Amino acid sequence: MPAPIRLRELIRTIRTARTQAEEREMIQKECAAIRSSFREEDNTYRCRNVAKLLYMHMLGYPAHFGQLECLKLIASQKFTDKRIGYLGAMLLLDERQDVHLLMTNCIKNDLNHSTQYVQGLALCTLGCMGSSEMCRDLAGEVEKLLKTSNSYLRKKAALCAVHVIRKVPELMEMFLPATKNLLSEKNHGVLHTSVVLLTEMCERSPDMLSHFRKLVPQLVRILKNLIMSGYSPEHDVSGISDPFLQVRILRLLRILGKGDDDSSEAMNDILAQVATNTETSKNVGNAILYETVLTIMDIKSESGLRVLAINILGRFLLNNDKNIRYVALTSLLKTVQTDHNAVQRHRSTIVDCLKDLDVSIKRRAMELSFALVNGNNIRGMMKELLYFLDSCDPDFKADCASGIFLAAEKYAPSKRWHIDTIMRVLTTAGSYVRDDSVPNLIQLITNSVEMHAYTVQRLYKALLDDISQQPLVQVASWCIGEYGDLLVSGQCEEEEPIQVSEDEVLDVLEGLLVSNLSTPVTRGYSLTAIMKLSTRFTCVPKRMSRIKKVVSIYGSSIDVELQQRAVEYNALFKKYDHMRPALLERMPIMEKTGTNGPAEIVQTNGETESTILDTKHLPSITQPASQANDLLDLLGGNDVVPVIQTTVPTKPASAGGELLDLLGDLSLTGGPTPTPAPSVPMSQPPFLLDGLTSQPLFNDIAAVIPPMTAYNKNGLKIEFTFERSNPNPNVAVITIHATNSTEADMTEFVFQAAVPKTFQLQLLSPSSNVVPALNQGSVTQVIRVLNPQKQQLRMRIKLTYTHKGSPVQDLAEVNNFPPQSWQ
Amino acid sequence: MQFMLLFSRQGKLRLQKWYVPLSDKEKKKITRELVQTVLARKPKMCSFLEWRDLKIVYKRYASLYFCCATEDQDNELITLEIIHRYVELLDKYFGSVCELDIIFNFEKAYFILDEFLLGGEAQETSKKNVLKAIEQADLLQEVSTLSVTSELHSNNLATIQNTLANA
Repeated sequence: MPAPIRLRELIRTIRTARTQAEEREMIQKECAAIRSSFREEDNTYRCRNVAKLLYMHMLGYPAHFGQLECLKLIASQKFTDKRIGYLGAMLLLDERQDVHLLMTNCIKNDLNHSTQYVQGLALCTLGCMGSSEMCRDLAGEVEKLLKTSNSYLRKKAALCAVHVIRKVPELMEMFLPATKNLLSEKNHGVLHTSVVLLTEMCERSPDMLSHFRKLVPQLVRILKNLIMSGYSPEHDVSGISDPFLQVRILRLLRILGKGDDDSSEAMNDILAQVATNTETSKNVGNAILYETVLTIMDIKSESGLRVLAINILGRFLLNNDKNIRYVALTSLLKTVQTDHNAVQRHRSTIVDCLKDLDVSIKRRAMELSFALVNGNNIRGMMKELLYFLDSCDPDFKADCASGIFLAAEKYAPSKRWHIDTIMRVLTTAGSYVRDDSVPNLIQLITNSVEMHAYTVQRLYKALLDDISQQPLVQVASWCIGEYGDLLVSGQCEEEEPIQVSEDEVLDVLEGLLVSNLSTPVTRGYSLTAIMKLSTRFTCVPKRMSRIKKVVSIYGSSIDVELQQRAVEYNALFKKYDHMRPALLERMPIMEKTGTNGPAEIVQTNGETESTILDTKHLPSITQPASQANDLLDLLGGNDVVPVIQTTVPTKPASAGGELLDLLGDLSLTGGPTPTPAPSVPMSQPPFLLDGLTSQPLFNDIAAVIPPMTAYNKNGLKIEFTFERSNPNPNVAVITIHATNSTEADMTEFVFQAAVPKTFQLQLLSPSSNVVPALNQGSVTQVIRVLNPQKQQLRMRIKLTYTHKGSPVQDLAEVNNFPPQSWQ
Repeated sequence: MQFMLLFSRQGKLRLQKWYVPLSDKEKKKITRELVQTVLARKPKMCSFLEWRDLKIVYKRYASLYFCCATEDQDNELITLEIIHRYVELLDKYFGSVCELDIIFNFEKAYFILDEFLLGGEAQETSKKNVLKAIEQADLLQEVSTLSVTSELHSNNLATIQNTLANA
């Protein structure tokens, strides 16, 4: 068998391949040769073959059949073999496969080898890819080598120990004694790796951290020597002595000084020294300054030092080097919370970075700009941010738009400014805004009562220009529906009023309905808006018939949502025309309770709308009793209104949907409430009726939670009856009634209950602890269950009593609670 | 550091050093994605980018990209210095290193890297010491290759059989 070709030869040959197929062919041929060579247990050329295999592996070809060969190479006595063997192990072996464990013994032997370079290979491999099992087995050897006087091995052992600790944290203690005089080494390699080891230990264990705090003076001294010492050719990088070591020491100091006054004070001087003396013309110097700044900001440094740090960052921002600017922005972002004022001073530079060409820098600058916005600079900042929004990449637009909304909400100097800003965002980046911005904006608009005319006019004009951006169109339709009367009356104070006729408005809205650009949600908004205008605009028969026509057309729309709306509005025209004005009245001001979470907003809308409707008297509709009864029948017809337990509506664009739901429960369909707008808080139908009929209706409906039998065994029957506690709707009041159908009394009766973690339970005292026989009486006890998350109620009960002289104990689960009890 | 990749302007991998345990498949996927991302960067852009939850530090030297993946708390600027130090070591060793040197002598590039970094951290901050160690190791390799005798040969077999039996 001819000798296998040399590695370089193979590489050269493969590189001559002109196509992927040709390369693959060569590789396959060579692999076959290598495989047969392996089979023949050829020791002489094993090394060469594995090397070739590693090359092919790098090109992307499978090489797993070489794994065992690597092990054989490692076991060889030749240094060449070992070198390639260990390299192969690091490249081919995977700690998930058991094969790698076979290495353990070889490594153990090599760790004790007479040649330090072999020991080095073993340490390197272990420190690079040793699995937890291997680390456990070999930690002792590593620890031994950590104490050797040979600095070549000591430094490798230190990093190997770091790896062992990462893999098996429990072994950390074991290395503690060996760390005793690591820092007294002169050798920089050992110093560097020791600092890394100490850092790892301190990061992982607070005990170690306190233990090593005493090293601060020593570290400070070493750092000082590095700075003050003259030129040292061996460790010099652009005039700075061993920057790698300096940076590592600074990082360890940061960890040791954090939260500790004494340590922080001990390092104040050296930090100031490094900060002022380090040469900043090259990247090395800036790397050290960067680390210094991070350390100053993290420890308990005096304010002078902190200002120095921020100023360094400010200087970084003006540096020509992009990398430095990027790093400065990142650090400023970290410190903006704690040192807000200091960072504010550099605001204009930061805002300039918005115009940088580099994506990473732009993103950082944007985040930082938002963090810096406050009441004083809002106008100026917003101008810049809006300009940024116009010109930035699509990836940024969503985040930028959200940020602008948040900032505007917090610091808007005037309502008009706020609305203008939002309009600007909607027109420039309308398709990128988050879904919840639509309900937010609508709520904002309703709250700015004096701006209604201005708002609707501006929105109308925007619609004329462009109907492609859905959020804008949705908000505009909603506003036109609500304030259409203001629009046509030309009442605007803030700007020049436009002359618009009712028919023109209807044209626009109808245009939205038929446009291809409109999404189904938008169409829903438009349809509702048109419907509302039937009461807002003057009641000209031609116009009414026009509206009616539109509404009836959509009664047969394929879109279920639109169809439902249209049918209901149709019904409104036909059977309930007398109610139409009241139902389509101007929306009340919506109260905002929480922050901008979409779920909260929608729920708020739902709940507050309902409560507001409750308190507000729907005027002038004194219903003849018969018609109220009709409605009652309707509700009766619906019977158990299906419980749609959707706690967090994910389609928040149902602000319009909310409106629908208020109206929707008059539906004649009697089927399940519409699924596209799933957020139907159960309490709405009764509230609607409240204003029209009398109050008790609601309570009746709510009070009718059917009782249930929770337990019925061995003659003991326990029934639960429910009441909703009025002050707090999250509390269900359950009364248990225990009855005994056997011939003997049940004495010493104790009822206990347990509920899942999300609930809270309060058990009041029972009426007695004897359950009389033959159902002659019952024991009652009240349980109050707090269910803030409105989850399904489940309970485990334990009953103990004495019956006919013997104690009885039983456990049971109660799962059949009626939904109304916990909704 | 979690891993270091060296690749050409055409996206061909020249060296890969992984300091975290990942399957071959995962490594390939990461490599492919990262290479694509870095190659798409324009020349004037900064050397850092956020990718997944890692900070990527890369620098181009002639036709080769040197790309390191570091963790959140690592100093990006010093990582650039580490990359530069490695290039200097290669340069000193090969004498004005170019991509071809690394292609044809990839195993030596690995050996040098393994004398400079261990477990993702620098083990030696003196250029001189790293090069000295490599020199000595190379010498050792020469010696062991030259003295291949039949005695050594049979020793090898015995050792291997022993080792495999004990494993």
